[in-house]
Amino acid sequence: MIIETRGIGKTFGSVLALRDVSMGVEQGSVTCVLGDNGAGKSTLIKILSGVHQHDAGSFLVNGAEVRFGSPREALDRGIATVYQDLAMIPLMSVWRNFFLGSEPRKGLAFDVATARRVAREELRAMGIDIRDVDQPVGTLSGGERQSVAIARAVYFGARVLILDEPTSALGVKQAGVVLRYLARARDQGLGVVFITHNPHHAYPVGDRFVLLNRGTSLGEYAKADITREQLTSLMAGGAELEELAHELERE
Amino acid sequence: MTATAADERVAGVGPLRRLLIRPELGAVVGLVVVFAFFASQSAVFRSPDGIANWLDPAATLGIMAVAIALLMIGGEFDLSAGVLTGTTGLILVTLATRYGVNVWLAMLAGLVVALAIGYANGLIVTRTKLPSFIVTLGTFLMLQGVNLGVTKALTGTVQVSGLRRASGFESARVLFAGTIEIGGTSFRVAILWWILVTAVATWVLMRSRPGNWIFAVGGDEQAARAVGVPAARTKIALFMTTAFAAWLVGSILALRYTSVQANIGIGQEFIYIIAAVIGGCLLTGGYGSAIGASIGAVIFGMADKGIVFLGWDADWFKFFLGAMLLLATLANRLVRRYAEEVKR
Repeated sequence: MIIETRGIGKTFGSVLALRDVSMGVEQGSVTCVLGDNGAGKSTLIKILSGVHQHDAGSFLVNGAEVRFGSPREALDRGIATVYQDLAMIPLMSVWRNFFLGSEPRKGLAFDVATARRVAREELRAMGIDIRDVDQPVGTLSGGERQSVAIARAVYFGARVLILDEPTSALGVKQAGVVLRYLARARDQGLGVVFITHNPHHAYPVGDRFVLLNRGTSLGEYAKADITREQLTSLMAGGAELEELAHELERE
Repeated sequence: MTATAADERVAGVGPLRRLLIRPELGAVVGLVVVFAFFASQSAVFRSPDGIANWLDPAATLGIMAVAIALLMIGGEFDLSAGVLTGTTGLILVTLATRYGVNVWLAMLAGLVVALAIGYANGLIVTRTKLPSFIVTLGTFLMLQGVNLGVTKALTGTVQVSGLRRASGFESARVLFAGTIEIGGTSFRVAILWWILVTAVATWVLMRSRPGNWIFAVGGDEQAARAVGVPAARTKIALFMTTAFAAWLVGSILALRYTSVQANIGIGQEFIYIIAAVIGGCLLTGGYGSAIGASIGAVIFGMADKGIVFLGWDADWFKFFLGAMLLLATLANRLVRRYAEEVKR
């Protein structure tokens, strides 16, 4: 296990955002975190990425207990997070975004030529074809943005890649593209945490599945132990869904 | 896979669009129009002496506008910058004339105070997350009160003067308020300071790591923080840079006039912001240029003196100010929209 949580929890004032969640991420495998809105997915990944600190349970990286004070600390331990909404800075060019926070230096200066060249090469190596690395990220499509962010994390030697709902705002085709890069990152030996509320995106790429509901875990399943249908019905609260189907059925 | 899909959707990015995406474009167009207008009306305006004349206000305004532009690209405002030029000037003249401090030491004291005020501004803004508009409005009013209150208490009047007799004055004057001869025309040395500040700021913005961070914290502070940019430190440094510029301008003006009015600099803060906006800075941060702000300052220098050369009433300057601001913001918006149309 690269990262592991044991009975982790977090409260905000009187709100129990997360209770007793255990999960693990292995090298070269994908752990999917599934849950509906408000299930505690964001809180969990914010703990993993160093934005929040947990106040119950333990969080282990390579078997040693840790508590990150900032996203920088998590990054330094090889845990990179690609956020759904704040992955990139729209008005800045692709290459400036690519190296943001880890700019290559040449003496005192920001080595702009290297940054441009490396960004172009790395994106091409991931199979992402961006015509012009000088264009502002705001002009890229949602899928392209996620892909650039993934390429960036891989380039900077991330060992764990946390993806926060990378496919939820995308169309079918674009989501497929992002899933392909996700698989490519996994094949390069990264541990991937894939947060989503769409079991159809999760099931094909996932190796293990953590289900969250109302801030707590419904269990962690290996792919062999669960079918797509079971996952979907667990995810949506199977009984509720059946009830709804009854309700909506015509007489 | 995506290669083929992407290619068919791409239209070529022509050189025209590349040019248009530059933030300075609006300012350059404004510069040409304003220069053409005044130069065609007044022979003095386009003579070397005339140019030296209107470059002078452009220089002191430009130093401030460049610093404010960096701060605005970083997503913050500083309304106290104008009054701070007065504060630093007052410290310089008061220490040198009333307490017999060497001019250079008095300048150093002014610098320390300015940087401390910049640091305080930055610290309050980053710690409390209050809008810098409010925080620096507070600093602005406090400094305004201190400038007047202390000056009155010490001198009984609203100005301090007599810097010429202080020790070290001559050497400091040569460096900060002197003139240089170029082809028989004497230019203020402040122009060199202004060019230096613009060059350094441009280099920092385009070719240094902190430059990348400035764009990032102004564009989206949370996103910048999430990838490890020291957002708070960047912003505090920007406030201190603005304070440094205010000290430089305050010292230049104090050494030039050898006296300082206690109410100097009030109202200037908006002119700095307007020059930065004309230069292509977005009010919302994350976009802009240092050279643009300098060009904005030249436009003001031209209008300020040009109106006098034409023999018009100086009150028209204010009208011009407002019209330029409105035009520049509209032009910037159109240009950016055209340049950044989402390519689908």
